[in-house]
Amino acid sequence: MTLLEVRDLHVEFSTRDGVARAVNGVTYGVEAGETLAVLGESGSGKSVTAQAVMGILDSPPGRITGGEILFEGRDLLRLPEEERRRLRGARMAMIFQDALSALNPVLSVGYQLAEMFRVHQKASRREAAEKAVELMDRVRIPSARARAGDYPHQFSGGMRQRIMIAMALALEPRLIIADEPTTALDVTVQAQVMELLADLQREYQMGLILITHDLGVVADVADRIAVMYAGHIVESAPVRELYGEPGHPYTKGLLDSVPRLDQKGRELDAIKGLPPNLLRVPPGCAFHPRCPMARGVCRRDAPPLQQIGAERSSACHFWKELLDAR
Amino acid sequence: MPAEPILQVRDLVKHFPLTQGVLVKRQVGAVKAVDGVSFDLRRGETLGIVGESGCGKSTVAKLVTRLERPTSGTIHYKGADVAHATGRELKALRRDIQMVFQDPYTSLNPRMTVGDIVGEPFDIHPETAPRGERRRRVRELLDVVGLNPEHVNRYPHQFSGGQRQRIGIARGLALRPQIIVADEPVSALDVSVRAQVMNLMARLQEEFELSYVFIAHDLSVVRHISDRVAVMYLGKLVETGSDTEVYEHPTHPYTQALLSAVPVPDPGAAAARERIVLRGDVPSPADPPSGCRFRTRCTKAVERCAREEPVLAVPAGLAGEAGPVRHPSACHFAEERGPVGTL
Repeated sequence: MTLLEVRDLHVEFSTRDGVARAVNGVTYGVEAGETLAVLGESGSGKSVTAQAVMGILDSPPGRITGGEILFEGRDLLRLPEEERRRLRGARMAMIFQDALSALNPVLSVGYQLAEMFRVHQKASRREAAEKAVELMDRVRIPSARARAGDYPHQFSGGMRQRIMIAMALALEPRLIIADEPTTALDVTVQAQVMELLADLQREYQMGLILITHDLGVVADVADRIAVMYAGHIVESAPVRELYGEPGHPYTKGLLDSVPRLDQKGRELDAIKGLPPNLLRVPPGCAFHPRCPMARGVCRRDAPPLQQIGAERSSACHFWKELLDAR
Repeated sequence: MPAEPILQVRDLVKHFPLTQGVLVKRQVGAVKAVDGVSFDLRRGETLGIVGESGCGKSTVAKLVTRLERPTSGTIHYKGADVAHATGRELKALRRDIQMVFQDPYTSLNPRMTVGDIVGEPFDIHPETAPRGERRRRVRELLDVVGLNPEHVNRYPHQFSGGQRQRIGIARGLALRPQIIVADEPVSALDVSVRAQVMNLMARLQEEFELSYVFIAHDLSVVRHISDRVAVMYLGKLVETGSDTEVYEHPTHPYTQALLSAVPVPDPGAAAARERIVLRGDVPSPADPPSGCRFRTRCTKAVERCAREEPVLAVPAGLAGEAGPVRHPSACHFAEERGPVGTL
């Protein structure tokens, strides 16, 4: 059984200027022990999808208008809120980008970690405090026992992100969603945190969804990548295939537009134009105004996400041409 | 034959005092944000300054543009000292040295139209353009940076992040400066838009014969745009050289670790690379380690590193070498580890 399966999910936001369709029929799945990276720029719907899965979508203005979210076989969207609350933290957990605002500034980190055990497992105060220290040890925070009484602002960015990871891991959930977990960190610290996350995921055989805008960060750790654009998944493939021969012009554009450490050139192949305004998504393929391969059909018909290989799919009318051109 | 330097920075220091007490403030220490930085910027080149947060790179930008007054040191530009200039002289220097900021959301006044933002430099320096001509100049500038000149009357919130950064660049170009100091100009932008802005900056450099000081934490971005690179750690430069020297033949352990940590968007290359994962965090600049500032995280550190501060110069051990290994590196044990990140 697939650990998590999102099927044809639709999410809308009502705004003063109209309805923004943030997620338009997203389908993806994660197995236990697998890492799925969801890649996209701001406004692509990658975080909103995750919030819908976790059940922490701001509603209103957000609204799930269709689809299913199957977690261990049960449709989360049909569960009563009380039951979903019990799943959060215990069976599925989330790591946020900005640890400083995700942690409570007036409680010590030890207390916040211990709270997980006290609320979900009805552990005693002392038992919970002991487990909190163990947890801090496990995410490699030096002198964990001494630091359990410290407050979030007393930790560096990398250490705070470790505490976030500890908190997500506390109850040994089956699924972890990490939303840009290393974006706010420096490169050297970023490498440490990614390594920790990958180690722990292997150890516990969890499913991991890694949400990011950075093509580099996920290349090492992800098994599969789903690329999102304007609320759609435009391509989904195993890591090597996606980087080696992208099956969607947007993916190719992204890969061509990042400067690389090991390649120096004067001009980058930038994708022209801007990501679409979600209130006015272009008709047909949402990417067509920026696409170098766009033709008449792209302006009329939205391409469905179709199987283009054993384990990969693309939402482009001309995926074959793109692959053949290489 | 390298071009002559247009800007010479020598022993630049900026200490921010730490005070205690409410009524009577006593100085209890200082954050040594920049602590003896020297570099040359040559005409028409791009000097990239890379480093992690808190290393002082943004303070360098503010000192060079004289948004902050240095504690000591000199900044020579065309025979004048930017560090000590005042009044009319300073105003004239500022015309030639302009800045582009990181955050296109907070660096543009939300109550001013784009036309007013880009035209404001002409109000401050009225001698640069006669009043009647300003409107035309503003439209030209918008056109140059790839914005629609018809949009002069719009407000910043009506533009996307990438477009706002173009507005910031147009404002920086207004007075036809010689030098542009860009502090993380593309960090806040989405990947696809980032490339557009970098290409724009490269094009403008050629068109207007600009010299750039390009400050960023992203090593790939810096390599892409820079002719020469300076790596900064805790208020000091640790390694400088051409992009080939620093990126393909780094000799300072910090540069090597930094380069090895950069994610490469290629799963094959990523797996084959050797990663140097640094221990711990950057120490506080209020109380930097003695001797070499990197020693607390360095794998090569020995007792000598705590005692003796390495100077930024071509290391004695590499002085006999020819080729790109021979470049300034502030380490007692500078040596090449083999190309990092190139596979």
